[in-house]
Amino acid sequence: MQYLLKNLHLIDPQEKIDTLADILITDGVIEKIGTRISGNKNIKEIDLEGSFAAPGFIDMHVHFREPGFEYKETIETGIHSAANGGFTAVCPMPNTNPPVENEALVRWLIDQSKQIHDGIVDLYPIAAVTKGREGKELAPMLELAEAGAVGFSDDGSPVENAEVLRRALEYAKMTSRLIIQHAEDLNLSKGGVMNEGFVSTSLGMQPIPAASEESVIARDLKLVEYLMAPYHIAHISTSGSVDLVRNAKSKKLPVTCEVTPHHFTMSDEMVRSFDTNTKMNPPLRSKDDLEALKEGLKDGTIDVIASDHAPHSFDEKQVEFLFAPFGIIGLETAIGLALTELFHKKILTIQQIIEKFSINPRKILNLPKIKIAEGERANITIFNLDIEWIVDIEKFKSKSKNSPFHGKKLKGKPVAVFNNGQLVVSDL
Amino acid sequence: MPLNCKHLLGLEGMQKEDINSILDTATSFREVLDRPIKKVPTLQGKTIVNLFFESSTRTRISFELAERRLSADVVNFSADSSSVKKGETLKDTARNIEAMKIDMVVIRHSAPGAPHFLSNVINSVIINAGDGSHEHPTQALLDMYTIREKFGKLDNLKICIVGDISHSRVALSNIYGLKTMGAEVAVCGPATLIPRYIEKLGVTVFHKIDDAIQWADILNVLRIQLERQDRVFFPSLQEYRKYFGITKERLLKSGRDVTIMHPGPINRDVELSADVADSKYSLILQQVLNGVAVRMAVLYLLGTRS
Repeated sequence: MQYLLKNLHLIDPQEKIDTLADILITDGVIEKIGTRISGNKNIKEIDLEGSFAAPGFIDMHVHFREPGFEYKETIETGIHSAANGGFTAVCPMPNTNPPVENEALVRWLIDQSKQIHDGIVDLYPIAAVTKGREGKELAPMLELAEAGAVGFSDDGSPVENAEVLRRALEYAKMTSRLIIQHAEDLNLSKGGVMNEGFVSTSLGMQPIPAASEESVIARDLKLVEYLMAPYHIAHISTSGSVDLVRNAKSKKLPVTCEVTPHHFTMSDEMVRSFDTNTKMNPPLRSKDDLEALKEGLKDGTIDVIASDHAPHSFDEKQVEFLFAPFGIIGLETAIGLALTELFHKKILTIQQIIEKFSINPRKILNLPKIKIAEGERANITIFNLDIEWIVDIEKFKSKSKNSPFHGKKLKGKPVAVFNNGQLVVSDL
Repeated sequence: MPLNCKHLLGLEGMQKEDINSILDTATSFREVLDRPIKKVPTLQGKTIVNLFFESSTRTRISFELAERRLSADVVNFSADSSSVKKGETLKDTARNIEAMKIDMVVIRHSAPGAPHFLSNVINSVIINAGDGSHEHPTQALLDMYTIREKFGKLDNLKICIVGDISHSRVALSNIYGLKTMGAEVAVCGPATLIPRYIEKLGVTVFHKIDDAIQWADILNVLRIQLERQDRVFFPSLQEYRKYFGITKERLLKSGRDVTIMHPGPINRDVELSADVADSKYSLILQQVLNGVAVRMAVLYLLGTRS
């Protein structure tokens, strides 16, 4: 099978490529890159004038809910959602039922993903740090790594006990894989449903202080400094956290972090609507935090944009704010939000956006480097910077629709992905 | 004059003219309560459901009396004996009840924003009878009515709310309502029970009760709950009483003529001593009586607004 992708703007910051070209792909491999490549009737030709092609984007923080919560999302719907949203790879978190804490489940997840649309999206599982994600005993990390786990996290819960974290960092270091911390002091956040600030006070809501995230990061960084073991912070959300990471990086600690699109797009003011799709953990923070996150993205303190795609069924979210589960879906709005809020508002260049969606997460996770070059397997995200569109949850491929962005106008959207010989054109 | 709002969800953002309409209307209903026959036909044919998902004595009785004195048909629902325990959601419960053709819902719920959520999923008029630690608008309205009755005004009076501000729906509604009406508002209590950033609502913060007594014309004293000790909000009721309890001795020593209010139920000898609660300083029973008139006013104004 041959594809001819015409009139693309190729861009790869790693290879310093920034050029207009056509790409001819034969059996999943880039056969030729050049201008005015001519096709024939046996080649599927697509004119993509005005669109950019970059090394395939990866979302290193998603929840696919399978096994255990298939009514929210499955590997199949999750993968369709990822491809529709412009991603060629995902890292599902292990907080399923049972949790991903044995080899068999890691292998099963990878095998399942290969069945769906012939592997259009590569699935790289994150496995649990501790057995049962209980924070007490280490999960079999060497086995999990050998089976294909690319990192370890108890996401949804923190690794609270400092000794357990220390041993986990030491053990994971042998595997060259990361510990990904969900930074939250559960005592400080107990009972909380939104950011502690003027808005929580004026709504009488039980608050989650910024310090519940920052105090865990501050403690963890002492261990990272001592052990020099790679450590990644999931969904960073406060100004104080950005400062801690910036400072740690200036001391050359092996620390990295990610931010979600909703944390750089919306502040806690949104909670005034009592819309349960504004309830997530960590919570939407203050406007000052939002600015600090953007600054962190700009100066490189924040390495990665990851969606924390957290599907919940319609009925689960149709309840009182207090009782609603935390989390929103994000795979199908991540690129649109990043282009709207970061590129068009001149926070990041297009090269930086590609770094945060593709280059950096692959580096952090020790995944193979992707190049758009002749002879390479084609793994490409195609997006358009200028298309204006209205987010419509009915167009999502995710099984859940819990997005606060329904009806929002965005500028820039995913157009298509190509991976493992398959092409998916976005339906958004 | 008809109100500018369809529901009474809270006093945050409510217009001054609406608050005045309610308080003025309450004055006429207050007169009805002194008559031998305390009933008017105003809401005849209207059906009101009292949806109480949290236990409440005085608020529920006060609403029910107000509804019956306006001749409405009244149905009571309380969470203990309800389908809630069988796992039905608030949305389903409310939509099922609404399917039986009702006009108004009075809701008490532990979750902030529950009445707002309800107003998005059903069509009936919603009255918030307390949502978690968010708002309790009819309590604040009856407090304002009682203050206005005694002082003839609300503007330029100094009201200090004392106690557990963090977990109080009464505090927030009073702050919103009183600020709109031009009063000065302060809060007093241990730092652990005063939410951060509250001064951004235009409120003064005291941590010494004697300072609050010196400052205020009125002290609105909140119930202190023993359960809060579990979350290390304060060490003991004994210590609370010593530093924040309002006693006659303390009031006499201040040399000031301060008015005492309390939304009830009182923890006697904790936040208030008996010689204050039952004294000339206290407006507590007037508050309870006025509560019925104010709720009649709210029900009437919302129930007859087409």
